[in-house]
Amino acid sequence: MERIDARGISCPQPVLMAKNAIEKSPEGIDILVDNNTAKNNVSRFLKNQGYKLEYENEGEDILIKARK
Amino acid sequence: MKEKRGIILTGAIIGLISVLLVHLGNPKNMGFCIACFIRDIAGGIGLHSAPIVQYVRPEVIGLVLGAFLVSLVNKEFKAKGGSSPFTRFILGMVVMIGALIFLGCPLRMVLRIAGGDLNAIVGLVGFVVGIYIGILFLNKGFTLKRNYTLSSFEGYLFPLVNLLLFILLIAGFSMLHFSEEGPGSMHAPIWVSLIAGLVVGALAQRTRMCTVGGIRDMIMFKDSYLITGFLAIFLVALIGNIALGYFKLGFAEQPVAHSDGLWNFLGMVIAGWGSVLLGGCPLRQLILAGEGNTDSAVTVMGCLVGAAIAHNFGLASSTAGASPNGKIAAFICLAVVLIISVANSEAFGKEQNLEKAKN
Repeated sequence: MERIDARGISCPQPVLMAKNAIEKSPEGIDILVDNNTAKNNVSRFLKNQGYKLEYENEGEDILIKARK
Repeated sequence: MKEKRGIILTGAIIGLISVLLVHLGNPKNMGFCIACFIRDIAGGIGLHSAPIVQYVRPEVIGLVLGAFLVSLVNKEFKAKGGSSPFTRFILGMVVMIGALIFLGCPLRMVLRIAGGDLNAIVGLVGFVVGIYIGILFLNKGFTLKRNYTLSSFEGYLFPLVNLLLFILLIAGFSMLHFSEEGPGSMHAPIWVSLIAGLVVGALAQRTRMCTVGGIRDMIMFKDSYLITGFLAIFLVALIGNIALGYFKLGFAEQPVAHSDGLWNFLGMVIAGWGSVLLGGCPLRQLILAGEGNTDSAVTVMGCLVGAAIAHNFGLASSTAGASPNGKIAAFICLAVVLIISVANSEAFGKEQNLEKAKN
């Protein structure tokens, strides 16, 4: 599974990283973010692309698991 | 639609408050203008001496403190920084100079359109072009690199500085400068302005309201969340302006504006492009700084210095039009943004070169 570290990155780059990643591995990605803005933006994008999302806390960070 | 309720409401409230602030004393179409207000603060603390634009605008202080308080309550306050701070400082300066050539930040641009100022439509075209150029570089891998968690104290400093500035203002500190005429002399009562800022700051923190983000996300991802807020500001301000008799359609003799089309256009190309690289418009930078993002605090300081330079060197436009120095500055600003864009885009080989150097 493609895993992306988008912690600490300004908008809209986490979404762009997610976009590039699902082009490479359309079956699903894991993306790690460290703030709610990135979490919401990435989630909204992935949901619009038809992915189902699950969240896991990793310390203070949030891992978004997107699957088809 | 449900998830857009918050952003629509926030946009509507910003539009309404903006018109009310004009009704209570702010200059026309300037209920909020982050560029103008930071410029006025630069004058207020004596960083420039343009006599007509000096005032410590409580709206700015309120925006920062509103975002700070809400982010504390909902546990989103987090001190962070280290994402190319000096590049951000320079971009803050450049965005400010672009905005002062146009005479308004992107938020005021929307308010100007809602007041019937067609020059601001020319600005909007420039803004979209600037955002589009910025996106080209984002797609080429532009990044200012990640930030890191810092001590909470570092994050508290910017809101604290704003609080101290407000205390100086209400204590009548005699070293502050206040315009006796011109836009700087026109303002709503201090406490009204502060509360307006607090309310908008809190709402903008919750909803991530951003004028640049609206157009950027629409172009990049066909995501209409943020642009809905942008449209709500416009619609409610338009209705408010018509209701209170402020609406005046045309190019000529618009309040605190000029009708030099090319420079309105280029000023906003600079502001839009620079803001995309920064990840948000000047309003968003204030909100992020309130949430503990010290890169955004550095950006706001860049805006402050940019405003001081814009007036000390005669770069800012007047109602007569763009200044000769401002026209030269516009091209320098475009060159600076271009260099920053290229130097930080992975597609231009910088990273590969670094890797090679390491090996």
